[in-house]
Amino acid sequence: MPQTLAWCHEQLLKMHARANVGHLGSTLSCLEGMYTTFQHLQPADRFVLSKGHAAGALYTVLAANDIIPSAWLSTFHQDGTSLPGHPPANKIPAIPFATGSLGHGLSLAAGFALSQKLRQNGNQTYCLTSDGEWQEGSTWEALIFLSHHQLTNLTILIDHNGWQGFGSTRDVASMYPLYDKLAPFAVDLHIVDGHDVVQISHALTLPAQHPKVIVLQTTKGHGLPDLADTLQSHYLPISPDQLAGALDYFHSRSL
Amino acid sequence: MRKELCAALVDISTNPNMLFLTGDLGFMALEPLQAQMGERFINAGVAEQNMISVAAALAKDNWDVWCYSIAPFCFARPFEQIRNDVCLHNMPVRLIGNGGGYGYGVMGPTHHAVDDYAVLLALPNMHVYVPCFDEDVPAVIQAAQHRPGPCYIRLGRGELPNGETTPVYQPWRQLLAGDGAIIIATGPIAGMVWSTCRDLPVAQRPSVWVVSELPLTHDALPPAVITQIARGAKLIVVEEHVSHGGLAHMLLYYCATHGIAVGEFHSMHAVGLDIGAYGSQTYLRQQSQLTPGAIRSCLGIYE
Repeated sequence: MPQTLAWCHEQLLKMHARANVGHLGSTLSCLEGMYTTFQHLQPADRFVLSKGHAAGALYTVLAANDIIPSAWLSTFHQDGTSLPGHPPANKIPAIPFATGSLGHGLSLAAGFALSQKLRQNGNQTYCLTSDGEWQEGSTWEALIFLSHHQLTNLTILIDHNGWQGFGSTRDVASMYPLYDKLAPFAVDLHIVDGHDVVQISHALTLPAQHPKVIVLQTTKGHGLPDLADTLQSHYLPISPDQLAGALDYFHSRSL
Repeated sequence: MRKELCAALVDISTNPNMLFLTGDLGFMALEPLQAQMGERFINAGVAEQNMISVAAALAKDNWDVWCYSIAPFCFARPFEQIRNDVCLHNMPVRLIGNGGGYGYGVMGPTHHAVDDYAVLLALPNMHVYVPCFDEDVPAVIQAAQHRPGPCYIRLGRGELPNGETTPVYQPWRQLLAGDGAIIIATGPIAGMVWSTCRDLPVAQRPSVWVVSELPLTHDALPPAVITQIARGAKLIVVEEHVSHGGLAHMLLYYCATHGIAVGEFHSMHAVGLDIGAYGSQTYLRQQSQLTPGAIRSCLGIYE
C-alpha cells in the first residue's frame, strides 16, 4: 500500500536529522513534484533524477511506493549503505544511472524516451532537473536533441527554487525567468506551484503535443524553520528544534 | 579505415536492434550506412556529451549502440559521460574514434588523439581496440559487437608493406621473426616497423609483434612474447601515443608484476599534443622520432 506524502515528509526529515547531513533544502523543494510524478508512473516508465543531490527525496518516494524496503531508509549515508548521498550505480533497478554530476540526467532521459519512441511501446520517461543545472551546456544539448526528435513521451520537471551551490541563480548566472529561455523550443511549457500536488498532477495529465516541460515554482528548504529559501538549507544539517518545527509544519498541512 | 568501417557496419546493420549515432561526422564515408539504417542512423549533432549519455540510456534499454566521431571529439569532449554513464554502469556502448594518434596531421592538436587509450583505460570496464591494418576492421567490429561492456575503437590508416599479406586478426600477432631485438608496436605504425625491418639480415632482424587490444590483462601476453622478452633481448615499444600511460608503461608493469625480467628497454612514442610544429602525420612522426631511421638507430644499425 503506497504511503502518503505526509509520510514521505516525515521520513525525509527524520532520515536527514538522523544522518546529520545537509542537502535537505534541495529535497524539500522537489518532494511534492517527485511524489506526484510517481503517482503517475507506470511500471515500465522511466524516472531519472538529474539533480542527484536530492537523492533523499528519491529514496523516500521509492520506499513510499514499496520499490525499496522502508527499513533501508535508516541506512541513509551510513557505511556500506545502498542509499548514499547521490543515487547509486548498479544497486537499485529503479535507479538506472548514478547521477550527482549535474547535466547528465536530461540526456539519459532523452535516450530512454528515444528508445521508447523507437519501440513504439507507449511508455513514458520523466526527468527531474534543478534550475542551476541549466547552466550546464550538456542540458541544452539534451533540450535541442529531445526537441528536434519531438520526444513527446518525455516530461521534464524543473525544480525552480532559485538557489544554487554558492548563491542565488539570479546572482550567479541569471537566466531569469528561465521559462522564457525554454519557450522558443518546441516544447509544451507549464508553470505550476511546485508544492501544490493538484497543480502538478493536472500538468502531468495534460495531453502532450510536444515534449513537456513543467516548471515547478518552489521554495528551497520548504517547511524548514529559519532555513526556508536560504542557501544554508543546501548544506546544513537541521537542529532538533528545526526538525520539530518542520514536522509540525507538514503535520498541519496534511490535516 | 573508414571505408572498411562502413562496410563492416553495413554488414551487421541487418540486426534491427542496432543503433548508430554520429556526432555530425562521416561525410564521404558513412552515407551507405545511413542509407541502410534509416531512422536507426542518428546524427546527434555537434553535441558529443549528449550523444554519449543518450547512447548509455539506449544501451541500458538493450539496444546495440555505436557512437562515431573523430577520435578527440569521441573520447575527450564527453569524457565524464563516458566515465559516469557508460563505464561506471558497464554499458556496452561502442565508441569509434577516427584518426587516432596524429592521424589528422596538419589539422592541428585539437584534432589529434595521442592520449586516448591512456585516458580511457583508467576507466572501469573499458576495452580498447587498435586495428593495425585496414583488413582488421571487420574482425574488430565483430569482436566489439559481442563485447558485453564498453569499448573504444581507435581507427587510423593501415600501412601494410607492399607485397605483404595481412595476417589474420588476433589481439597479438607476430609480423616478423628474427634473432635480434623484440619490437612490440600498436596500431598502423606497426606496418612501418614491419617494412623497416623485414629486409634486415636475420641476425640483426628483430622479432616484431603488433598488439591490437588493451589493456594488458593478466594472461594477455602470448608465451612466445614472454620467452623472447625473458631471453634478455633489447625490448623496443613503438606507439603513436604519449609515453605516460601508454603501451610501454603497461608492458613494463606487466613484466614487473609477472616476474618477467626485461633487459635493455626503449620506448618510442609520440611527443604529445604540444609538439610546437604543424604538419602531416608523417611530419609529426618525424618530430617524435617515430621513423624508419630512428628504428634502425635504436636497433644499432647505421648505414
